[in-house]
Amino acid sequence: MNRREALKSLSALAAVGAAATTRASATEMTGYPTDMTVAKDMLPRPAIAGGARQVLTDDTAERTISAVFDRLIPGDELGPSATEAGCVDFLDAQLADRFGAGASLYREGPKRANEDDLMQTPQFIATPRERYATGLRALEAYAQARDGASFADLQPNRQDEILRGMEDGSVQLDDAVNTKAFFELMLQNVREGYFSDPIYGGNRDMAGWKLIGFPGARYDFRLYTDRLGEALDLEPVSLIPRD
Amino acid sequence: MATNQKADVVIVGLGWAGSLMAEELTRAGLNVVAIDRGPWMDTSTHTPPAVDPDELRWAIRKELFSPPKDNTLTFRNTTDQVAVPQRDFGIFELGGGVGGAGFHWAGMAWRFDPYDFEIRSRTIERYGIERADDGELQLQDWGITYDELEPFYDRFERIAGISGKAGNIQGKINAGGNPFEGPRSREYPTPALKTLRSMEVFNDATTRMGYHPFTIPVANLSQPYVNPLGVSMGACSYCGFCLGFGCGNYSKSSPQACIFPVLMRRKNFRLLTESCVIRVNKAEDGETVTGVTYVDAQGQEHVQEADIVCVTAFQVDSTRLLLLSEIGQPYDPRTQEGSVGRNFTFQTVSGVDMWIEGEQMNPFIGAGGLGSQIDDYNADNFDHSDLDFLHGAGMLTLARDGLPISKAGKLPEGTPRWGAGFKQAYKDHYQTYTTIFNQGSSMPIKQGYLDLDPTYTDKFGQPLLRVTYDYSQSDRNMAKFTMDRAVEIAQEMGAQHITPFNFADKPFTTAVIASDHVIGGTPMGADSRTSVVNPWLQSWDCHNLFVCSASVFPMNSGYNPTGTVGALAIRAAQAIVEKYVPNPGPLVEA
Repeated sequence: MNRREALKSLSALAAVGAAATTRASATEMTGYPTDMTVAKDMLPRPAIAGGARQVLTDDTAERTISAVFDRLIPGDELGPSATEAGCVDFLDAQLADRFGAGASLYREGPKRANEDDLMQTPQFIATPRERYATGLRALEAYAQARDGASFADLQPNRQDEILRGMEDGSVQLDDAVNTKAFFELMLQNVREGYFSDPIYGGNRDMAGWKLIGFPGARYDFRLYTDRLGEALDLEPVSLIPRD
Repeated sequence: MATNQKADVVIVGLGWAGSLMAEELTRAGLNVVAIDRGPWMDTSTHTPPAVDPDELRWAIRKELFSPPKDNTLTFRNTTDQVAVPQRDFGIFELGGGVGGAGFHWAGMAWRFDPYDFEIRSRTIERYGIERADDGELQLQDWGITYDELEPFYDRFERIAGISGKAGNIQGKINAGGNPFEGPRSREYPTPALKTLRSMEVFNDATTRMGYHPFTIPVANLSQPYVNPLGVSMGACSYCGFCLGFGCGNYSKSSPQACIFPVLMRRKNFRLLTESCVIRVNKAEDGETVTGVTYVDAQGQEHVQEADIVCVTAFQVDSTRLLLLSEIGQPYDPRTQEGSVGRNFTFQTVSGVDMWIEGEQMNPFIGAGGLGSQIDDYNADNFDHSDLDFLHGAGMLTLARDGLPISKAGKLPEGTPRWGAGFKQAYKDHYQTYTTIFNQGSSMPIKQGYLDLDPTYTDKFGQPLLRVTYDYSQSDRNMAKFTMDRAVEIAQEMGAQHITPFNFADKPFTTAVIASDHVIGGTPMGADSRTSVVNPWLQSWDCHNLFVCSASVFPMNSGYNPTGTVGALAIRAAQAIVEKYVPNPGPLVEA
């Protein structure tokens, strides 16, 4: 099985249950392991291009996050917009995966009132999947209440105004949503989508990497270590093999 | 409850310290069982080049780390506060599998300074007792000197194949190396890595300013190498995927790359994976331990008996295991009595981000530990008589800063963080960014300590460790002083945009990652009242228990800790073989 086939068969597995990983390991080991095949759970969990939405199944939610993402990274002569680059596909796949489930978080109670102050950063028991569901609903409700229209249908200037307010704390969507933190979550995720390996659904045609000149998943730069200060203009490569 | 066949030695945690000790002990013929809570991992099977260069998964989602869900702590600044749990990843970057944090580390491989080991004595000698005992600090010597540890640093560097350029060989100062370092018996096993563009700019500027730049010694190998165990390593390819990543090239030193090929083949070595030690078991005589209790992946409890127990887990876990096992007297911050949990320290970080217009740094070319440093303001290399702090910082620039998600926030002040302005700015500045990172020392304080949390528990129902800590005034002053020096260097480097940063101008927090170097909790020392282990890392309370981890450092220096953990591990293991096994009992009178 070549790498492409391996990735394809893994996509099929991922479709069944992305969060389920099995670690192949003996509990008691004597001697050096003789199985030298790559551990399955270490292979990337690719996003499935063109597949149905797994988490952002609500039309309004999808329209809202698409509008937000395209204000955070708009299309222009420098490159595609966030949605054109697949960032919503990326987000949906991430929310369906371990990240969305908050699989790494310590979520035991009690949640103390002083947590955010002591930590100097907001802490959450809610999973990212839950935070998107409530955050996007609250953003849409905010637009409906203030502007009488969907956030996605507002003029770009007005969308920017609301987003700037969320960023600087002057807009509070509702009491249940830490609005500033929700803005930061969306900003972080759209950057991830725009600049991560295309195998995860975003950074389509490696547009994000081409924007800044990052050569991607290359693994050996020894040919270039003496060319200090030179523009190398290296074509980026992805974890997805080329045909 | 099942009981395994008794071993000569049980090792708790198979990271750098555990692997180095296991190698020494099995070579001497002892039967060794290592128990690790993580799964088996190796470079070729788990992080080959088709898996490794993936910023999202390894640097952002941190999937090689043990997640907070499984292993976290609670934190507060002062004893009058209620501690809260660390819910997401923070400064504790624990290993997720065998190899521990030694699998995903960047690779900076330092020796500590001679001043560090005798910090109390030398501070009093040079500056007077009022500087050492200022009411806040709790300085104490390590009970060993740099010269005593030197042969073991040398051994660690040989096993790991560290690349670098010596600055001081047996007292002779070498151009190009660090002139401030303690004397070394010989040159590094492999030459320094290449000087990349950010380093060149830093070297030129600091040289013009009269400082002494050198290439940081690193566990990223500059050429193929065979270590003293006969294990082959490859040359670093400067891919830049190191910190938080495995290495698919056999060129970043790790227990996997340097020790496992030999250790795993030894007939007298056995490894239990996915088995979490929850307790060290005390003997009825109260002077020894009988082994450990662990929980396997199916939730079954087991006992592993052994004549000798070596606790070699990560700093916080080693400290917690002693507290959970009720070995030694817990530290009391009101009276400063007791020693378990004492002298928690961190790394006091300041520096500058800078952008030099027109530069072409090619920041994607690099290695985890690759960079240039000056030690002119580190340790006691400069006169502190008229300064309001002790110690200092290694001031370094890095050649590893090209990962595009991580760097998207590194833009000059006033630049839009999103929108068309962000795209243009990131395009313009990706190539011009560099940094000076002041890796500052951390002086122990009376009010900085570790104990068990009264509220929060882990998946086994055992209390989490609780951190109580804030920066000392001395450290705050040091961070400000070195930040100001970094601004001067950035100006000399020609930066048009300079953003100074200082993590110590706010209260300490475990959630904001200034560094992942957490230190102390089971300090070593010559005085049993202020230390948990003696200079051989032997417990003062139970003579067949040894602890090796950064938890034994009584303070933190302006360097990364791994080299010193490695040297101490080898020294302790050799002491077990040469001194303890022939004559079991306390190696030092309490």
